[in-house]
Amino acid sequence: MIEVKNLKKSFGDLHVLKGIDQLVNDGEVLCIIGASGSGKSTMLRCINRLEEPTGGEIYIDGELITEQNIDKVRTRMGMVFQSFNLFPHKSVLENLTMGPVNVKGESADSAKQKALKLLDRVGLAEKANEYPRNLSGGQQQRVAIARALAMDPDVMLFDEPTSALDPEMVGEVLDVMKALAKEGMTMIVVTHEMGFAREISDHVIFMDEGYIKEEGTPKDIFENPKDPRLQDFLSKVL
Amino acid sequence: MQDYIQGFLIACKGIPVTVSVSIMAVILGAAIGLLLALCSQAKNRPLRAVVRLFIDIVRGTPMLVQALIMAYGLVWLIQSKGVDFKWPSFIIPATLVCGLNSAAYMSEVIRSGIEAIDKGQMEAARSLGMTHSMAMRLVIIPQAIRVILPAFANEFVTLIKETSVLGYVGVAEILRRGQLWNASSYKTFPAFIGVACAYLLLTVPLSKLINGYQKKMSKKEAAH
Repeated sequence: MIEVKNLKKSFGDLHVLKGIDQLVNDGEVLCIIGASGSGKSTMLRCINRLEEPTGGEIYIDGELITEQNIDKVRTRMGMVFQSFNLFPHKSVLENLTMGPVNVKGESADSAKQKALKLLDRVGLAEKANEYPRNLSGGQQQRVAIARALAMDPDVMLFDEPTSALDPEMVGEVLDVMKALAKEGMTMIVVTHEMGFAREISDHVIFMDEGYIKEEGTPKDIFENPKDPRLQDFLSKVL
Repeated sequence: MQDYIQGFLIACKGIPVTVSVSIMAVILGAAIGLLLALCSQAKNRPLRAVVRLFIDIVRGTPMLVQALIMAYGLVWLIQSKGVDFKWPSFIIPATLVCGLNSAAYMSEVIRSGIEAIDKGQMEAARSLGMTHSMAMRLVIIPQAIRVILPAFANEFVTLIKETSVLGYVGVAEILRRGQLWNASSYKTFPAFIGVACAYLLLTVPLSKLINGYQKKMSKKEAAH
């Protein structure tokens, strides 16, 4: 369970988040939508402290996330980036085993077995010994998802996972994410894929100018939007 | 012709010393350079200032002066405190001076190599729960090394030439051998031509090797 309380973030004079409150229960999928610059990626990055919040608190299972416990907390929180960020000097398999072996102290052998299972799950078992540069964008992102899952996280954060992909590769990545959601993974997803948000989320928030302007079930948000900014946004993206 | 061949052969006797000092200095330089590069990025301000001061001093003074300070000045200082001290061999202060010089240069190369790595790499590593130092060791530095390897090799070539000043502190490297022979035989031109050829024998093949490696790497990059 992730609880965000009065989260604020400024970059100098620029106030990106002006007080965000949100609760994500176990097994829930939260999608964050909004225009570029509305603060949705910043909110996600504050949750695992890739950005240090200027104010407010974030709790994971009731435990306050601080600078001191962040390394430990991150092992329970997988992150998938827009630009994949696979380690180019390591094979696909090593990308998956590096975290479990070095951070959690798992044996190389059990980490490898688990990694192979995960690669199979994202449909890339035969690419285990390839290097990331030999994979397509969609394949790289599926490996990145598997890498995050290799840490056995309680929650997965996705930061626009399909925005850097060629259109024909978006589907394969969304399919992996949908399967994950159906298995009951807790997920927070920043996305421009409205179809995905509508189909998979339990809860959708619309961010605008550093605030949550409107939130609700996918049905509320997509079929009956009340805020004029949301209506305007949806008319442009749908 | 006989004189030139003799001059060359005498200069070549200094090659083992020149090469071993250069190798030790390049290793020392890489190790200390890495340390300096990491310190120069640390959050601790005084630490950064000390690193900056060290680099400015080393790069702002001639290596010959540093070698004289290290080989003779330091000995004088320690002896003046009443401690009986003598370098067991002048190769030691010579290697130290070359290593520290190299470190000052390499720290800048390593720093720029580290900065050239996409910041998403650090974020991805940290998001897996790695500490900053673990991420540096496992993710950032291995990638940075590929970027800076040619600069390392070039630094080795530079060091081979720069060690020529060490003759002034009594190290029997290539130039020193030639000078001694010149002093006893008065065959000045053959002596120094021989010295030059001995340096070329080392630097030309090395440079060719580096260029070959760089071409191979850039072809490999282009293939992807």
